[in-house]
Amino acid sequence: MKKATTTKTTYQIPIGPIHPALKEPVFFEFELDGEKIVDVDVKLGHVHRGIEWASRKRNPVQILYLAERICGICSFCHPAAFTLAVENVAEIQVPERAEYLRVIQAELERICSHTLWAGVAAHEIGFDTVLYLTWQIREKALDLTEYLTGNRVTKAIIMIGGVRRDITPDMIPKINETLKYLKDNFEKLRHIFLDDKTVKMRSQSCGILTKDDALKLCAVGPTTRASGVKKDVRVDTSYFAYGDLDITYTTPDILTGEVNGDVYDRIIVRLLEIKQSIDLIEQCLDKMPSGPIVAEPKIAKLLAQLKKTNGEGVGRHEAPRGEVIHYVKLDGVNDAPFTWKVRAPTYNNILPWIPMLKGQQIADIPIVAASTDPCMSCTNRVAIIKDGNRFEMNKEQLHKLSVEKTRRLKL
Amino acid sequence: MRFSMLPRAFVQMFKKPWTNKFPAKYTPSNTTKFLQKVNAGEIKINPPVETPPGFRGKIQYDKEKCIGCQLCLKVCPSGAIEFKPEEKKIKIYLARCTFCSQCNDICPVNCLSMSNEFLLADSDLYSKDLIVE
Repeated sequence: MKKATTTKTTYQIPIGPIHPALKEPVFFEFELDGEKIVDVDVKLGHVHRGIEWASRKRNPVQILYLAERICGICSFCHPAAFTLAVENVAEIQVPERAEYLRVIQAELERICSHTLWAGVAAHEIGFDTVLYLTWQIREKALDLTEYLTGNRVTKAIIMIGGVRRDITPDMIPKINETLKYLKDNFEKLRHIFLDDKTVKMRSQSCGILTKDDALKLCAVGPTTRASGVKKDVRVDTSYFAYGDLDITYTTPDILTGEVNGDVYDRIIVRLLEIKQSIDLIEQCLDKMPSGPIVAEPKIAKLLAQLKKTNGEGVGRHEAPRGEVIHYVKLDGVNDAPFTWKVRAPTYNNILPWIPMLKGQQIADIPIVAASTDPCMSCTNRVAIIKDGNRFEMNKEQLHKLSVEKTRRLKL
Repeated sequence: MRFSMLPRAFVQMFKKPWTNKFPAKYTPSNTTKFLQKVNAGEIKINPPVETPPGFRGKIQYDKEKCIGCQLCLKVCPSGAIEFKPEEKKIKIYLARCTFCSQCNDICPVNCLSMSNEFLLADSDLYSKDLIVE
């Protein structure tokens, strides 16, 4: 009897739930034909930390610090969105000076986050000199953060109804000095990223997300703006003091005149946003009125007011990665909120990975996955199952593949 | 330019590194012995980068001033503060402290403050250095 044989032309690579290019556990299943990716499947839900549950036992002031720990890089965005939601429920009017101070902190965080991302993106294509350069620049921005807030990463600066620390006139010289340093180095960084042939060859027409797909899959932040979608919470809803400032959508056609939606465009958008953030901080320092920095300085009184408040509110903030939404419901009986729901920007930027990765090579996975700036934790195993045999590919090997592809370009 | 990073990389070769070699220029082969020697005063550690004013480090507690109102317990996000009812004073476990300085803000008599001390690593969570009372 003739043995029935089935020939399969494609094979599968599962990536994750733990993997280098993904900085948080997420599971990918790639359908490959040779080096080419035919199909991708994404599965989420591997890092449920129960943060929302932890809020059951905490009052809104304590939740500010819990929200800060949702993400190490967005440690201003999450408390900011939570504060906006609570202010929405309790109808707290924030003093004008505090609104400007919040913009300064938000933009400073954007500079830190985008320079960090630029370094990681360079590292993914094997360009480690640029990684060190960008992180040297980021270090200055972090020093300024530490000077303004008292800590490098967990800023603990925002408070319901205002901010906790003021910018006094004697702090202005140090801020201006750092901004000047950032501006000078921004030009160098832009030259390295946008004019270098290696970066161009690896990132142009790689990981394309069309405008249609970006709209359909609800991509947010720089990922969607790089595809030409004009979506930015700062402009759309003009919360904080953004309404008074000169701000517009950052799309890649400002610089190049065309929108491709590839990795190169995402680099352009993020670099332009660094420049926009520096500009916004300068505008804030110019326009900032004097006055109180917090609506209710007595925290015990604020907590009593929030305990009596009944209702639900939504806070939206443009984090470096896109729109972050917090939903809060206070029941007017307990200290802790009745519900607290967080939607982080990366959640929307997961599905756009599928159209981006289709048709790419395995060596492009790290840079394409990193190009949406996924806010995820990183580790190191890839298993390849080919013809029933199982191979394992670890972080170093995958990174080596990516570096080799850069070398193969033969400049 | 084709390789725009090259000139900068060359310039960097003649510059001093940015890294502050803390706590020693080269990693000691035995950290425990190294620290013992530091404590004995035989070797000095390379000082860390100075902290800016307003840095949030180890909490300092002025026990005399404290009136035992327990407001700090109410806002501490990590539950690091314990109330001692018999003497109406507080006890802070630094192993749980998140250094947000919220207790400093709410204290009506300002008996709490943040110092610039940040080298608090310890193998024992309840060691003397990590409990402020």
